[in-house]
Amino acid sequence: MTVDTQVPAATAVVEIAHDERWTAVCRYGELVPGRGVTALVGGEQVAVFRDRAGALYAVANTDPFSHASVISRGIVGSRGDTPVVVSPMYKQAFDLRTGKCLDEPTAPDGSAARLSVWPVRVTA
Amino acid sequence: MVKKDLVLVGHGMVGQRFLEEFLAQRDASRDWRVTVLAEEPRPAYDRVRLTSWFSGTSAQELSLCADSFVDEHGIDLRLGDPAVAVDRERRTVTTRSGRVVGYDALVLATGSYPFVPPVPGRDAHGCHVYRTLEDLAAIKEAAATARVGTVVGGGLLGLEAAGALRAMGLETHVVEFAPRLMALQVDDGGGAALRRRIEELGVVVHTGAGTQSIGTGWDGRVRTMSLSDGAELAVDLVVFSAGVRPRDQLARECGLVVGERGGITVDERCRTSDPHILAIGECAQAADGRVYGLVGPGYAMAEAAALQLTGGSGEFTGGDTSTKLKLLGVDVASFGDAHSTTPGALDVVYTDTRAGVYKKLVIGEDGALLGGVLVGDAEAYSVLRPLAVSRRPLPAPPEQLLLPASAAGSGAVGGSALPDEALVCSCHNVSKAALRAAVSEHGCTSVREVKACTKAGTGCGSCVKLLGGIVEDELAAAGVESARGLCEHFTHTRAELYEIVRVKGITSFSRLVDEHGSGEGCDICKPVVASILASLGNGYVLDGEQAALQDTNDHHLANLQRNGSYSVVPRIPGGEITPDGLITIGEIARDFGLYTKITGGQRIDMFGARVDQLPRIWQRLVDAGFESGHAYGKALRTVKSCVGQAWCRYGVQDSVALAIELELRYRGLRSPHKLKAAVSGCARECAEAQSKDFGVIATAEGWNLYVGGNGGMTPRHADLLATDLDRETLIRTIDRFLMFYIRTADRLERTAPWIERLEGGLDHLREVVLDDSLGICADLEELMARHVETYQDEWAATLANPERLRRFVSFVNAPGTPDPTVRFVPERDQMRPARPEEDAEHRVPALIAGPELEVHTR
Repeated sequence: MTVDTQVPAATAVVEIAHDERWTAVCRYGELVPGRGVTALVGGEQVAVFRDRAGALYAVANTDPFSHASVISRGIVGSRGDTPVVVSPMYKQAFDLRTGKCLDEPTAPDGSAARLSVWPVRVTA
Repeated sequence: MVKKDLVLVGHGMVGQRFLEEFLAQRDASRDWRVTVLAEEPRPAYDRVRLTSWFSGTSAQELSLCADSFVDEHGIDLRLGDPAVAVDRERRTVTTRSGRVVGYDALVLATGSYPFVPPVPGRDAHGCHVYRTLEDLAAIKEAAATARVGTVVGGGLLGLEAAGALRAMGLETHVVEFAPRLMALQVDDGGGAALRRRIEELGVVVHTGAGTQSIGTGWDGRVRTMSLSDGAELAVDLVVFSAGVRPRDQLARECGLVVGERGGITVDERCRTSDPHILAIGECAQAADGRVYGLVGPGYAMAEAAALQLTGGSGEFTGGDTSTKLKLLGVDVASFGDAHSTTPGALDVVYTDTRAGVYKKLVIGEDGALLGGVLVGDAEAYSVLRPLAVSRRPLPAPPEQLLLPASAAGSGAVGGSALPDEALVCSCHNVSKAALRAAVSEHGCTSVREVKACTKAGTGCGSCVKLLGGIVEDELAAAGVESARGLCEHFTHTRAELYEIVRVKGITSFSRLVDEHGSGEGCDICKPVVASILASLGNGYVLDGEQAALQDTNDHHLANLQRNGSYSVVPRIPGGEITPDGLITIGEIARDFGLYTKITGGQRIDMFGARVDQLPRIWQRLVDAGFESGHAYGKALRTVKSCVGQAWCRYGVQDSVALAIELELRYRGLRSPHKLKAAVSGCARECAEAQSKDFGVIATAEGWNLYVGGNGGMTPRHADLLATDLDRETLIRTIDRFLMFYIRTADRLERTAPWIERLEGGLDHLREVVLDDSLGICADLEELMARHVETYQDEWAATLANPERLRRFVSFVNAPGTPDPTVRFVPERDQMRPARPEEDAEHRVPALIAGPELEVHTR
């Protein structure tokens, strides 16, 4: 899920919604455009990304194809108009807005190839 | 329900294909219990590529039958226990070990045996046949002490065998009874061209000569060979490769009908004279009365038999005996009516004796292509063969089809000239129509997808180029964007982007994509641009926007492994390391609980580091004087070396010193793909320099430079670029070669395919880097000088800057918490990643506090 912003200050706080409340995870300035970080939210690993335009995304960090927690280390880009992150393990692309895998519908274990998504926002 | 018993006798290529086709049929596994009786000690392997075993392809790589295939289908595979008798009344097969197996259906796929002419001395010590991996192992062993080898038989296998003997350093002769080489496939003109090319390689060819007798010494070993033309050869190794005969003894003995000249007689559904017994492949005489010794027709028979047994309908009424192969580096192809036997057929011939090229097309009275022979240049085979098989009129005048591609210009024919029914992949029987349907009906959008969907191009691979053209045409027709550009964000190739970046002095991805591309970029174009920026000397690869372009490996300066941990490889230039260095690496690995393995590039890989451990590991390595080995980058990996003149009794130059110098010169150089190199101190070539992107071999006068070698999936021997260079010239030439490659290669294109693709090939490369024909050598050298000057160790630079270290945390909001999903279990006194199903109790503690902590792995 995405929140449009007017270039927040580097010290602005990035928050992720969990259990009906917002949890602060880092400063906006800690996010490098086009790269991700991993946050621990309620015991789960969440990959947080900032794109070139400044928009933020938060998706599950575990890659359904390898079961490794590596999504935050993927490369961010676009496919058509869809913002994507590409898993560094076997290179499947995921829609950053919905978590849906664009390359394969299911993971090898038969589950749906989809990353959970979290609401994310920036507060001054 | 009670399962029926199927017994397959023989587990060769055709037997294995039969199993695959049979078990792919609905209910086959449910209804049938399958037993396979095999003579050889190993499951089916690729006999077509048998000779590649000599050049290093392992038995494992040649295998066509994975253990999982046998397990998954519950096949009872009996290796080394061949069938010796069939009781048709009781429907049982007896094996050599005395086992009796009952059958409801019996499939004979016993193949053929090598024909050994009945000459005196043929059983002497030192005489071999060329059929199985065991035969090859015996030849290799014998060759080690032999000086002269003779191959009896100048057909396909015979020439392959000759090539192998030559490569093992033997003086090699080929004796062929017919008046020309490859008599079955090519005509006199083609045979002459082939002979010339093969003699150039140092093989002595005797045609029109039979073997009269083989003489032995007091020890029973082969010493001499007398030929029917009066020649006497001193030999100590003989390989018989004079054709094969169908292995139909089992069938004869149980009273099945066999052909006059051998081969179990079968009908078009591969049924023998006993309704419960089928026969396929080289042991069978097909419905058209022929015995086929090629794998393509064998596969077609396997399919027909599989369908016959499962209630489907498949027929084999005759096969295409067209062949294309590369013999000792010479392309040879023959297809259709190669010998102009059709009444009224006329030949069109093109010969270039100097280049060793011979091409003949056989044209029918109606102008249709009937067949042909191509020697020395078989590029057109993939298009001409389907044309001949479909008997369509030619798409262009025949002389145009024969001319070298460059002279023919736009007249060269591609897949578009083929009719829909033309067979493109004969290994998997895929027509052009089926390929087009894969795109238009099944929605495939790339060559890769079409190959997966149709299996086309996954057999011998000779049709891949043609297939690619057809698929691209079809994609274009369907409006799918043609994929010449790098990705959807750039319509340029990597080489074009390199020029844009260089000429315009662009230093950021943002500017490049905004001015010359579209969108946000992706995992394809971003690392490419990162590499180009790095090659053009834009400093530390992880600063500013460049950081966001890197693959995770480059971004963390380490190699991602399957559970999300990383491996670490310090540079060990030339593979030379002090005992203290070894101890340091050992101590670090022990203290951090890392798994260690020696790499193929003469260094040490340490596995299992969590991302947050990388800086601490590297701090210790850097403190001890180590630097990044760039194992994570598309960059120079290693310059391997043999121990060289300093120690080796045979060495003629100091290979270690040169390897170290080269590795330190080119370390960190970013390129389109990884770069590997080696230096050998003498012609024995212990460093395997000829399998590297650039390899140097010492001579008494200086150094020979080889380029474009490759191991991996598509091995390629390097080409000799220049000889007897002094050190300065050698380094200057390598500088130019590498920079020219970096400038013009495609993304992920190793030097081997790059050279193959380079217009004008090796000669052109020589002109550019030795004669400076493009006038760019000064530029290339300056770029390399800049690289050498500005090189810095990425790990030392990273550790020196807290800002750069920020990426090495587990969690941005809990940096002290290690990633709990990175888990390991003990194995062989070390550790390995835990598989998802392995429970957590046996974990190795992944948290290692400091150097004094002892780590227990069991």
